[in-house]
Amino acid sequence: MVAYILRRILSTIPVMFIVAVLVFLMLRLTPADPAAIIAGDFANDQQIAEIRERLGLDKPIVTQFFVWFSNVLAGDLGESFFYKKSVSDLILERLEPTLSLSLLTIVLAVLIAVPLGVIAAYKQGSALDRIIMGFSVLGFSIPVFVIGYILIYVFSIYFQVLPVQGYQRIGDGVLGWLERLVLPSITLSVVFIALIARMTRTSMLEVLSEDYIRTARAKGQTEPRVLFRHALGNAAVPILTVIGLTIAILIGGVVVTESVFTIPGLGLLTVDAVLARDYPTIQAVILLFSFVYVLINLMVDLAYTVFDPRIRY
Amino acid sequence: MADGLNVVTRPPSAWRELRRSAAVIFGGVLVAVMIGIAILAPFLGTKDPAAIDPANRNKVPGYEVVTRDDDGNRVRSIARFGTDSLGRDIYSRVVYGARISLMVGLSVALISVLIGLAIGLVAGYVRWLDGVVMRLMDGLMAIPAILLAIALVSLFRAGLFSVIVAIVVPEIPRVVRLVRSIVLSVREEPYVEAAITVGTPVPVLLWRHVLPNTLAPLIVQGTFICAAAILVEAILSFLGIGIPPEIPTWGNIMAEGRTLFRVFPHNILYPGLFLAVTVLAVNMLGDGLRDALDPKMQRRF
Repeated sequence: MVAYILRRILSTIPVMFIVAVLVFLMLRLTPADPAAIIAGDFANDQQIAEIRERLGLDKPIVTQFFVWFSNVLAGDLGESFFYKKSVSDLILERLEPTLSLSLLTIVLAVLIAVPLGVIAAYKQGSALDRIIMGFSVLGFSIPVFVIGYILIYVFSIYFQVLPVQGYQRIGDGVLGWLERLVLPSITLSVVFIALIARMTRTSMLEVLSEDYIRTARAKGQTEPRVLFRHALGNAAVPILTVIGLTIAILIGGVVVTESVFTIPGLGLLTVDAVLARDYPTIQAVILLFSFVYVLINLMVDLAYTVFDPRIRY
Repeated sequence: MADGLNVVTRPPSAWRELRRSAAVIFGGVLVAVMIGIAILAPFLGTKDPAAIDPANRNKVPGYEVVTRDDDGNRVRSIARFGTDSLGRDIYSRVVYGARISLMVGLSVALISVLIGLAIGLVAGYVRWLDGVVMRLMDGLMAIPAILLAIALVSLFRAGLFSVIVAIVVPEIPRVVRLVRSIVLSVREEPYVEAAITVGTPVPVLLWRHVLPNTLAPLIVQGTFICAAAILVEAILSFLGIGIPPEIPTWGNIMAEGRTLFRVFPHNILYPGLFLAVTVLAVNMLGDGLRDALDPKMQRRF
């Protein structure tokens, strides 16, 4: 098993390296000259050439890649064209809102979706099952921003119980922080509730027909205990896998949700960077998000190799 | 007589399965209605979706708009869905927006399936290429789809074509993986081994034995890609980095309505409703198609 874990960890290195190459090449493919962007509209050719030399843009592309790559490994993600400061600092400033939103969303989604999926599987074929599954198709068809605006309209404008937009740092008061994150995290969690509920149902249906469930019932275990301990425990692996894979959708959703609720996180930074053609920032954010995505899926894989004794390599 | 026997012994056809599936009927009808709206846009009581009318800005749905035509006569019309902050008719914009959304959805599905099919066949058949291609695909899949699309649109000048390209690229690896897995499993089938033994040339082998097996899964996958593409286009346009704002798309109408949303929610509500219904319909069609055409295929997740 140790050999498997090591192999699994090492297997992420080539993936991340390819991501780095792709992200680097994307910047190189741009018709725009980064040196000209930094220099501004009133620079002459000589100034542009100086900047190009300072940034190392006059060197061969392979050299440029390895210079950039070793800088990234050392935590230096370059300098933002637009904000005129280090991209690493920029990302650190924007980290808290995004982390808060993502974590709250995942917790909310799991807490709602797993019981729904279990109930749908338990009452398979019933009206309740069909309603839950119907809402789940609806859930991943309604665009995130439509849900966001409907919630803003209902709770912030019609009933006026929650703030419309914005963000408050957790250090400035937990209540205000939570108050501003309630609507965004509900908005973002809808699609995950849909996906996780579906997967929970499928996974539970498989497990519920197993012999050990019948044994548990025959032993006289109460039905909730059979469902949530015997069945859900065994159905957990595919559910966990789905949560890992949906992180990609979560990251996309964060970008949209932060724009709708004007939360100054990494998602809003991405959009602003694209609008300003701030390539170093775009590069860095994509690299970071991809790294997080690969890392979370690595952890999910490792988690069930360690915790599920049936999985042995 | 032989025909009669054939009918009795033939397994239930996919077509009959399709007609019985409620999801396919419901989704299919809705998609057909949307396509109808898109094609017939000029005949559905719409105005020029780009016409600006400063006198009638930000009107609520149902407002009677009075304009003068070239001869100075009063022309009355009802702004069914209201007007935006430039006085453009939301109803007309939403109806014309269906054209862009469906065009993006269909072209992305078609292009990514075709490119993915080609790469997948090559990767599944040419062994030495397989490793390289699949590592590249793994790398592409490690970048969250919407982020990759956002990064790609930032590279080109904004426009319909660049948006389509930006949405196609993240979808390709998913198609390649699907096709490759089918090729690898079909290669082991006795009839394919038999065909290889009798010296069937590779192109014929791929065309006659491998391609038909990919058809059903690809139709299903293509439908889901279509739904995802419509959604991603709307997201890109909504964020202001997609199709140029003067072209009416659902995302653009919503982007335009963002600033005045608190007072005039209709700018976001109507296009949002059309978008949600369309994506829902295409997803339901995909669900139904999968169950009917390809019962063996795994659920989406």
